[in-house]
Amino acid sequence: MPSPVTDFFESLRDRAHSALAGGGKAGKVTIQVGSATCEHAAGSLDVLDEFTKHIQSSGSDGIVIHKTGCTGRCSKEPIVGIFIPGQAPVKYERVNRELVHEIFTKHIQKGIPLPEHALDGSLDRKDGPEKSGKTSISKHFSDMYGDVSFFTAQNRVAMRHSGVLDPESLEEYISLDGFKALATVLSKSDPEWVINEVLKARLRGRGGGGFMTGQKWKFASQNEEKTRYIICNGDEGDPGAFMDRGMLESDPFSVLEGMIIGAYAIGAGKGFWYIRAEYPLAIKRIQNAIDLCKAAGLLGKDIMGSGWDFEMEIRLGAGAFVCGEETALIRSIEGERGQPKVRPPFPTTRGLWGKPTCINNVETFANITAIINHGGEWFASVGTEESGGTKVFALAGKVKHTGLVEVPLGTPLRDVVFGIGGGVQDDRPLKAIQTGGPAGGFIPASMDTLAVDFGPLSKVGSIMGSGGMIVLSEDDCIVDISKFYLSFTQEESCGKCTPCREGTTRMLEILERITGGSAVLEDLDKLERLARLCQQTALCGLGRAAPNPILSSLKHFREEYIEHIEGKTCRAKKCVAMIHFEINAEACIGCTACVRNCPVNCIAGQRKEAHSIDQSRCVKCGQCFDFCRFNAVERK
Amino acid sequence: MNHQTSTTDNWEAIRAACLDVLPAHIIAFIEQNQDMEHSEGQLIAVLHMVQAHFGFLGQDTMHAVAQLAQIPLAKVTGVATFYHYFRLQPRGKHMINVCLGTACYVKGAEKVAQRLMDELGIHFGETTRDGLFSLDSTRCLGTCGLAPVVMVDNQVFGPLTPTDVSVLLAKYVKKEKVAAE
Ligand SMILES: Cc1cc2nc3c(=O)[nH]c(=O)nc-3n(C[C@H](O)[C@H](O)[C@H](O)COP(=O)(O)O)c2cc1C
Ligand code: FES
Repeated sequence: MPSPVTDFFESLRDRAHSALAGGGKAGKVTIQVGSATCEHAAGSLDVLDEFTKHIQSSGSDGIVIHKTGCTGRCSKEPIVGIFIPGQAPVKYERVNRELVHEIFTKHIQKGIPLPEHALDGSLDRKDGPEKSGKTSISKHFSDMYGDVSFFTAQNRVAMRHSGVLDPESLEEYISLDGFKALATVLSKSDPEWVINEVLKARLRGRGGGGFMTGQKWKFASQNEEKTRYIICNGDEGDPGAFMDRGMLESDPFSVLEGMIIGAYAIGAGKGFWYIRAEYPLAIKRIQNAIDLCKAAGLLGKDIMGSGWDFEMEIRLGAGAFVCGEETALIRSIEGERGQPKVRPPFPTTRGLWGKPTCINNVETFANITAIINHGGEWFASVGTEESGGTKVFALAGKVKHTGLVEVPLGTPLRDVVFGIGGGVQDDRPLKAIQTGGPAGGFIPASMDTLAVDFGPLSKVGSIMGSGGMIVLSEDDCIVDISKFYLSFTQEESCGKCTPCREGTTRMLEILERITGGSAVLEDLDKLERLARLCQQTALCGLGRAAPNPILSSLKHFREEYIEHIEGKTCRAKKCVAMIHFEINAEACIGCTACVRNCPVNCIAGQRKEAHSIDQSRCVKCGQCFDFCRFNAVERK
Repeated sequence: MNHQTSTTDNWEAIRAACLDVLPAHIIAFIEQNQDMEHSEGQLIAVLHMVQAHFGFLGQDTMHAVAQLAQIPLAKVTGVATFYHYFRLQPRGKHMINVCLGTACYVKGAEKVAQRLMDELGIHFGETTRDGLFSLDSTRCLGTCGLAPVVMVDNQVFGPLTPTDVSVLLAKYVKKEKVAAE
């Protein structure tokens, strides 16, 4: 039965299709260049510029450039895709200006691809996620990238459009079923149906807490107060994670659509994006998405002809990790210092300006359209009994392929690190996997078959967190990394409650004594006691989770702490107080590389003669160790 | 903004004094929000605008914001000092931010930071004497895939070794020299 909403949607879709056909890529050679922050950092703007120049000087009108978001294949950026009609797509890695010239003159103009520069060195098509029957919703993605094993081992739901779409084009988003979910929701005009679908999906919040999203929405929608707010948490404070930035920059419309649907479900009239100021491109793209949607009648008054009104605006974070915590975030939007409050009352009862408020993470919203379009049951079937769907991880640290990876919940950690990540850098032994950032913990290599899911991870003392996954090799010192995380939380503690403010400072002092070689064994008990105290008594999640890295490392790597204290040794050779550098006279060929690079000139030796280090002046910066190509400098 | 202006009740005089300190677009933004519901919630947005314009939040600009938005100066200062993103000191021409996030840390960001401090002769939060560079650290720029990274102004560079850092700095210094000639 045609309703104003379906009419609106159909005409919207027709307009989008004809706009795309007009400027179109159809029948043309398409050069696809990623343009998110990470790609810009890797030089994709130069690449774009060079392609534009080549197209201009070739005078051809059969070649178009398509700017897309980020596929998440960070270590190989900038990535360029060449799509010639009737031929299999070819992707190139680490493209620079010189390579652009080669790609243009050989591949585009003569039809000869360059396998030596192909992404992951392969031009053969393998079975994509589509063909192996995982999900059909990432069809566009696998059409483009289905031949690269880094991607085939994944299952893309939240990131299905990342790297496929031009993140600044509303038309492109609409052409890939964009706003179909909102049209469905508005024409059903039944908020409860939406909440039920999300409940059926068993979608748990992706921001760290893992609370059932449908449940949260239900609480907010049942509140007697009718002025309600919805907030998208794009503060992404975990200092080793960038999933949310990826989605905001690469597929802003789908996060936005998910948020509008959430607003409809809970009956909110106004929404806020809280995005950290360190993400200027994400802010720009969300603002652009808001403006375009407003102009198209997808936001503002009488959305899609349904008679329902909803507005949104962006608020910037200002570099305080604690503002990712929901009550602190609310204070920040209110223009206050971002200090958390005691919960309950939870924001769904009393939130922004005292009104019921629903706060959800970027990735949580990015899943909503898929749930509405494909059904909650389908979504639940992707994950585990406990939680439905997939999770995006920012895979980084000592792993071969770093980047954003999305896998079904329940996937063994091993499959992520070795299957997708390609294993540990330089084929060193895996030591541990850290998940959850400063609020999380270490999972020792012996437990790498553990499933990534909320329950199993917290059982071993870590947490799912927002999706940071740091791979540590035998070259990393667990005590040192724990100290790193604690120094982060100590610095970010807002100072409101004593256990967190004082506890983190005292724990950090103990860790510094341990790595500095001046600790005694009793310090370890003191550390553990303090850690438990802070965990039990701190006011907000920041303080309560701050001891997690310490407690989990004490649980799985206690012997390393003891080695530091009793033996004054650091087996990873990281803790400077416990090592010194020596030159092995037999291996040294006298190339003088270390002499030239020593910042304090403490290395003596003539060309072609073995060198030696003056220990009394050495500052242990490790430059000589890094520069020596003959492994003659030894850490002892 | 002197004591006399801040204690007068002559609104025109206050506004005129603020106009001396703040650029027109910020004044317009504050005034446009003034009558809206929850206008005090825009304080952080205003401070972002001030910092974008001047590079830092100075005493007199914060005072002007407080006067014009009619928010106690104590609160403006309280907010400005709470958030790390806000700087209270003038910054150099180029802002160098070393990422000390997890991914960068495990890939050796500390050495990169040390090299920067050695070459520039300053610590985090300081500005070189010639006013060319300010050095700061940040936690994760969201480009962990390229770790370790350094952001100069709005451009991210990575992965960098300490040697790359020296080369990068030299490039900026050279550019400045050429521009000065
Ligand atoms: C110290 C601290 C920092 C947090 N940082 C974030 C963050 O950066 N992004 C986020 O989405 N949630 C963060 N959270 C979790 C939020 O408080 C909240 O649970 C979440 O945004 C709810 O959304 P979800 O249910 O969709 O996960 C943080 C929590 C704590 C205690
Ligand atoms: S840790 Fe440096 S960019 Fe993420």
